[in-house]
Amino acid sequence: MKIVGRYNLQGMGSRTTTIVLSVLCATVLTGCGEAIDPNEPQGFLQTKGSDTIVNAMQETAEEFMKDYPHVFVAVTGGGSGVGIASLINKTTEIATASREMKGKEIEMAEKRGVHPKEIVVAYDGVAVIVNHHNPIDRLSIEDLHDIFTGKVTNWKPLGGKDLPIVTLSREVSSGTHMYFKKEVVQLGKKGSTEEFSKETLLLTSSQAIVEEVANNEGAIGYLGMGYLSDRTKAIRVSRRSSLVARGQGDSEAQGPRDERLTTSNEFSPPTVANVVNKTYPLSRPLYLYTNGEPEGITKLFVGFALGPKGQTKFMGTGFVPVGETLARNQ
Amino acid sequence: MPETSSPTQNSSRVVRCASCDGTTLSHDASRATQDVERRRIGEPIIEWCIKLSGLVVVAFVFLIFLFLLRDSLSLFRQYSVKEVLFGTEWLPISEPAKFGVLPLLIGSVFVTFWAIVICVPLGVGAAMFIAEVAPKPLKHVLKSLVEILAAIPSVVLGFLGIIWLGPFLRNTFGLSTGMCGLTGSLLLAFMALPTIISISEDALVGVPKSYREAAFGLGATRWQTLWRVILPSASSGIVAAVMLGIGRVVGETMVVLMVTGNAPVMPKSILQPLRTLTATIAGEMGETVGGSEHYFALFAVGLVLFAITFTINFIADLFLRRARR
Repeated sequence: MKIVGRYNLQGMGSRTTTIVLSVLCATVLTGCGEAIDPNEPQGFLQTKGSDTIVNAMQETAEEFMKDYPHVFVAVTGGGSGVGIASLINKTTEIATASREMKGKEIEMAEKRGVHPKEIVVAYDGVAVIVNHHNPIDRLSIEDLHDIFTGKVTNWKPLGGKDLPIVTLSREVSSGTHMYFKKEVVQLGKKGSTEEFSKETLLLTSSQAIVEEVANNEGAIGYLGMGYLSDRTKAIRVSRRSSLVARGQGDSEAQGPRDERLTTSNEFSPPTVANVVNKTYPLSRPLYLYTNGEPEGITKLFVGFALGPKGQTKFMGTGFVPVGETLARNQ
Repeated sequence: MPETSSPTQNSSRVVRCASCDGTTLSHDASRATQDVERRRIGEPIIEWCIKLSGLVVVAFVFLIFLFLLRDSLSLFRQYSVKEVLFGTEWLPISEPAKFGVLPLLIGSVFVTFWAIVICVPLGVGAAMFIAEVAPKPLKHVLKSLVEILAAIPSVVLGFLGIIWLGPFLRNTFGLSTGMCGLTGSLLLAFMALPTIISISEDALVGVPKSYREAAFGLGATRWQTLWRVILPSASSGIVAAVMLGIGRVVGETMVVLMVTGNAPVMPKSILQPLRTLTATIAGEMGETVGGSEHYFALFAVGLVLFAITFTINFIADLFLRRARR
């Protein structure tokens, strides 16, 4: 067949060539496998949104496509806001998000005839990272609050070197940015109007944060636990606020620091186990949003992601599976 | 408008020639009249097509402007123009949101200014070398290298900025972070170089040979000729090249989004992180839902940017026109 095709290509005019080529293409595209069973699921599925779980979704999608070879799943990142905006604009079947949809967004969706359905797909710890050369390895939420709002601008009062702190954040389209702002910058208080310090660098990806922290001794940033690697050091975080308010002068700083060290067991590192037993304070659910109750291949994919194979992929990329959390809680 | 009248002059001249050929050779006469017929019908059609495509471009620019204006005006219903243009806080997702464009505008101005300071002397110098000093083989190599420079995608430069230039500048200047305005300026200068070099080089080559001969005849050295005669007479072309380079720098997005740190502060120095107009639009557009305040605010940013690039291109055009005369 192939040889005949090649012979034809040389011997005939361009129009015939095109026809021969398209016939060949058609044969290749449809005829390589056996005829598709009409009952077998097939189609095209788009998921878009959170950069935090884009890797986990990609792996889940690849696994899914092995099981259902006639369904093609496209996975795109961009940030939770991007995914939700796409769901509202009906350009994606599934939106992934590392934050809940805002009231305004739900309103906007309903107005356009989209009825978002929320599905928790996994849990995630938000890790705070610093450079390996930074001696600091534990901070309370209140310390983080002071750092990210710009109340503390040098590592020295925190017990570190005399180095200016460079705070790194994700762009405003990131769900992690929203979560961090709510829980750390505004300390979970409703109606708080505190903001990230204006000096905070807004970077476009978690990878950019890793890159800057790995290269810069004074930098501190946050990201989804799935992005943790050996290149940076994860901070142990305590839910309790600092025991003593920090003094203004450097000389006073030594005292409170020592006092805080005595309660070091409250500072837990971001691990799956600590997120599950809730000793790590910065954790949140990750969501899939669909338009109405999922149907057809969307339902199939959501079921797959929540099933053992999908959840294994989520665990493999550093997230806490839904099932395990439920099991431990009961 | 001499341009629009010239095609008709040309066509009538061609027709006259075709008809005088026809009188000498009788068997060609019929073909000639056929040609004339064809031209009479064909040329207006082509002329109209060309006119139409010109008008389409103008219409597009106009429509883009209207579109930007319409969507940004929706913002000015809730926020005063003063609040937006002179506000010093850009907090788009806070309650209540603040859309002060000033820090972004100044960020853009800072980055652009330093990029120009870096690339204009380099670019014009390189153009002078290529046009006047370099031997022919070297000239060809340099010209194609400049073209290759223009072909490097901005995202690649941004990547180099993050992993190499940023850390290098941090260590060199002892900064707290390498993600600062200067990193962006340097990369943007690099990106504007091809534009500046090739247009200034054209302008230098375009200086009439007689000027050079006259200068040499008066006993001027090569340097004196280049500096006092050729450069001044090519100046308006060079200014145009610089203006087009500025236009490129102001509008460039990917590099600044990747390397300048995007902190929406009122910048005081080029060595600190800052946020530009373009990076703001690119970084936040995906998140906004159509019809929200934030969405309209980004259009207002776009309008400011459009106004800047339009003015710069307009000035460049004025200089280019003067250069042609």
